[in-house]
Amino acid sequence: MPAVIAEGIRRSPLADYAGRFAASHGGVLIREPPFVAQFDLRAEPGDTDVMRRVATALGFAVPFGPNTVASLDEHRALWLGPDEWLVVGPESQHQVLEQALRDGLAGAFGSIVDVSAHRTLLEIRGEEARDLLAHGIAIDLDPRSFPAGSCAQTLLAKAQVIIERRESSFVLYVRTSFAGYVVDWLLDAADLEITSSR
Amino acid sequence: MSRLPQGGRIDRSRPLRFTFNGASYGGYSGDTLASALLANDVRVVARSVTYGRPRGIFSAGIEEPNALVQIGPEPMLCATQVELVDGLEAVGLNGKGRAVAERDTARFDKVHAHCEVLVVGGGRAGLTTALAAGGSGDRVMLVDEQAELGGRLLTAGWNDWLASTVAELLAMPEVRLLTRATAFGLYDQNLVLIAERRPDGGRLWQVRARKVVLATGAHQRPLVFANNDRPGIMLAGAVQTYINRYGVAPGQRAVIFTNNDSTKTVQADLRRAGIRLEGVIDVREGRAVVDTLAESPSPSGEINSPSPLVGKGRCGASLRAVVIAPLTGDGPRRELECDLLCVSGGFNPTLHLFSQAQGRLRYDEGLACFIPEASLPNVEVVGAASGDLDGRGQGAIMPYWVIPGDDGDWSTHFVDLERDATVADVQQALGTGMRSVEHIKRFTTIGTGSDQGKTAGINESAIIATQLGQPVGAVGVTTYRPPYVPVPFALMAGRNRRELFEPIRVTPMHTWHVAHRAVFENVGQWKRPRYFPREDEDMDAAVRRECQAVRENVAAVDVSTLGKIDIQGPDALEFLNRIYTNAFDTLKVGFSRYALMCKADGMVFDDGVVMHIGPDHWFATTTTSGAAAVFDWMEEWLQTEWPELRVRLTSVTDQWAAVAVVGPRSRDVVRSLSPGLPIGPESFPFLAIRETEIGGMLVRLHRITFSGELAYELWTPSWYGLSLWEAVMAAGEPLGITPYGLGAMEILRAEKGYIIVGQDTDGTVTPQDLGMDWMVSKRKPFIGQRSHQRSDTSRPDRQHLVGLLPLDGHELLPEGAQLILQPDGANSKIVGHVTSSYRSPTLGRTFALALLQSGRQRLGTTVYAPLNRHVVAATVTEPIFYDRENARRDR
Repeated sequence: MPAVIAEGIRRSPLADYAGRFAASHGGVLIREPPFVAQFDLRAEPGDTDVMRRVATALGFAVPFGPNTVASLDEHRALWLGPDEWLVVGPESQHQVLEQALRDGLAGAFGSIVDVSAHRTLLEIRGEEARDLLAHGIAIDLDPRSFPAGSCAQTLLAKAQVIIERRESSFVLYVRTSFAGYVVDWLLDAADLEITSSR
Repeated sequence: MSRLPQGGRIDRSRPLRFTFNGASYGGYSGDTLASALLANDVRVVARSVTYGRPRGIFSAGIEEPNALVQIGPEPMLCATQVELVDGLEAVGLNGKGRAVAERDTARFDKVHAHCEVLVVGGGRAGLTTALAAGGSGDRVMLVDEQAELGGRLLTAGWNDWLASTVAELLAMPEVRLLTRATAFGLYDQNLVLIAERRPDGGRLWQVRARKVVLATGAHQRPLVFANNDRPGIMLAGAVQTYINRYGVAPGQRAVIFTNNDSTKTVQADLRRAGIRLEGVIDVREGRAVVDTLAESPSPSGEINSPSPLVGKGRCGASLRAVVIAPLTGDGPRRELECDLLCVSGGFNPTLHLFSQAQGRLRYDEGLACFIPEASLPNVEVVGAASGDLDGRGQGAIMPYWVIPGDDGDWSTHFVDLERDATVADVQQALGTGMRSVEHIKRFTTIGTGSDQGKTAGINESAIIATQLGQPVGAVGVTTYRPPYVPVPFALMAGRNRRELFEPIRVTPMHTWHVAHRAVFENVGQWKRPRYFPREDEDMDAAVRRECQAVRENVAAVDVSTLGKIDIQGPDALEFLNRIYTNAFDTLKVGFSRYALMCKADGMVFDDGVVMHIGPDHWFATTTTSGAAAVFDWMEEWLQTEWPELRVRLTSVTDQWAAVAVVGPRSRDVVRSLSPGLPIGPESFPFLAIRETEIGGMLVRLHRITFSGELAYELWTPSWYGLSLWEAVMAAGEPLGITPYGLGAMEILRAEKGYIIVGQDTDGTVTPQDLGMDWMVSKRKPFIGQRSHQRSDTSRPDRQHLVGLLPLDGHELLPEGAQLILQPDGANSKIVGHVTSSYRSPTLGRTFALALLQSGRQRLGTTVYAPLNRHVVAATVTEPIFYDRENARRDR
């Protein structure tokens, strides 16, 4: 179902946090890019026709390497499983992206589910972003293990998140109902001294 | 004052004040509480836990069993571990610490770290290892429990080497040095937990290391002799530490008591500190300390000490003299005046972490200690911990585990100082027939104190071995378990406390609920409105009003929390038929159906609604609290049992917000929201699904009910949830639409006999028990079907879901109340219990749902609920109290 008919009636899950994001948190900047288009794609990786069609429709091939991200401009596909990807695009491309995926799958076995409002995105950047996240995420976020172009499904504190590393930021995909908890937790960690002792 | 005029690593330019037991003292930055107390001639620090004997400072580190203090809310700290700060207020323990009522303001935190090499211990071996590893580009972490790196080197005067090594490590970008941080647990795959002490609390480091290097050193152990617990008796190495590291003379006249070469260096240190050496007693020369004597109390009965703890000691106080005798034969006894006895019985390599990681230990006769038997994969032991005791100068050692006293009395030979456990206790354990060191540990409590027997454990094993005439290695040591040091629960909790204790999940309408004074209820992690009180309404009044609005007018409830699963694929119908007890073959696109699922044992697991929203495209809701479990359950069957089914599931719980508009006038509200939608009973019948546009939002409409009234659920992507809710409230305002919460919702559904899984069921209830045979298909297989054919699930005396009407319609049965068949309760078996119980505004009386043995055979009879003060009688009814014909739902 296309989501947008009228403007001004949508509300992102973290709309109320803009003021707290604006304050500085020990060299970490947190931002919620709202209303990002997200689709859960299930398709058979062994079906080369489908994979080729999806690649053509998206302009890039979805990744086959576990926990990796393929991207082109503002579009990206996060590997979530051997036959599952989270395909992400700018808000303005919501319908275009959905149509591209449908053209790609073209009735083959699989599914395309609009999950744009299921999770919201948290962009975390700054020198100490990794130290901050290490307070709640157990996986190794060092670039040698988790370089740009990596993603993982894990826990931050007690909430499920997908974490993606981009060139100069981390992006968390957080379920809408958990978003307030995750941000409260992160801001609490950031406001505690986050500098690690050496 | 026993502070030496110079020397030590303390900063004499930074004097500090502190109090101990209320008296004020001075110390320096770099002191521990223990060194500052010794500098101020405070000899007695605490009283022992069982016998109340005065105890002094015994060690200079983490192994301290005696000098336990309370500081603020921290009830049990080692004075040897407490860094002195200005204004510190410490109290010596009188046996036990004290829990304080005030809220602890300390802040604790947790952090994860990863490295290729984790070195535990910052002494010579650890620093050398880190330096070598640090040059490789690998990430190296070095942790040490003390405030300063260096370990034993801080005592041994390797200041220049230490300074240059630490500087070199600091210059390495991939090396992280962590001080005041005790590695207390080594777990599978080299997960190491580290407790870091911080000025305002602490931090738990959860480190994953490819390789762990244990450079944990060795603890000196004492010798065991009569009255070996007096203040002034100290480990010889600790005496050196106080002199060299802290510039303190812990006594004026010293005797050394040893069985090995490590005490050779003690003599020079004593001399440098101006402490007179009264004698060296070496068991290797056939002599031993066989008893000690204490100072006499002053004529007033008070010991000359500022500590209030010491005043009334029945055992005297500090050391005055030692009694010396030959180990064998009847040689002369001799008293030697002294106030300091420096004891060394050898060294115990610190192998707690190694042992936790399943590393095996063996007793080395030459070293007289336990060392690693074999290496572990990815765990290396270096330095003194590995048995290399050259650095500690142990040299030749003659183990002599217990020195007999004069009179055959073993009751003051303390093996575990913290636990007040003696050789006599070990003998008693052996006398009862115990042989295993693990049994004897538990009988005597040796090793169970907060120090975990760091100085006591090996002596215990050796004493047992001596008594049994066995080799020490055959007796072995008790298993080391984490934590290596006591860690506060608050450290484990980290910041997951108060508001952050558990995730709080909210719906997109939450801000509206808050603004409209909703009282919330926790449902799993969700916050859901329980009711919306007006002015000074209490809960009963608000819930009554909300129920009436649903039954008589129109009301709205936020149902966004339901679990939601998108189901697609050509085999989706087959999949649903296998998962749920009822069948969906006849469910056309655009319609929905109530759905019930069982686990393989045939017991009800969850319920919800299955919607057929397009060709090969379905949608299922779950209970709010069952969402994750149901999704996992479906995925498990799909992936492991039925991989041939072409079905794909996607969790979309948070994608959608949903509002239920409920009540006889709900159709009017929906019509005004979506004027173009044909909405009559024929064009939009019960269980149909429609899509429409409301105020710019695309909305999916379901005719479904959980109250028995005419009702619609309006679904929209969660971004629009608040706007949709506000649109519903605005459209309903002319009719007086009422927001309602779980309180009313539960009453309304119970009046109709609609179950809540998990409240009216508990994992032992079949659909048939609930009277829901109509939900169980006989024409297709489903999970749980075979269990329904077991004799136990078809026996007639199973508990059935029934209704209860208390004879007194004002009496509210407590949920959980047990049911019996006789009013007096005598000889009466429990035959069931109340699962749901409410005051119904609609019925004008109380009612309940219950699980009752052979319930359907007891309709019309009376059962009894014995409560604390009286017995409530209730009539058994069918579990439906309102609109049996569903006329209101289908209007």
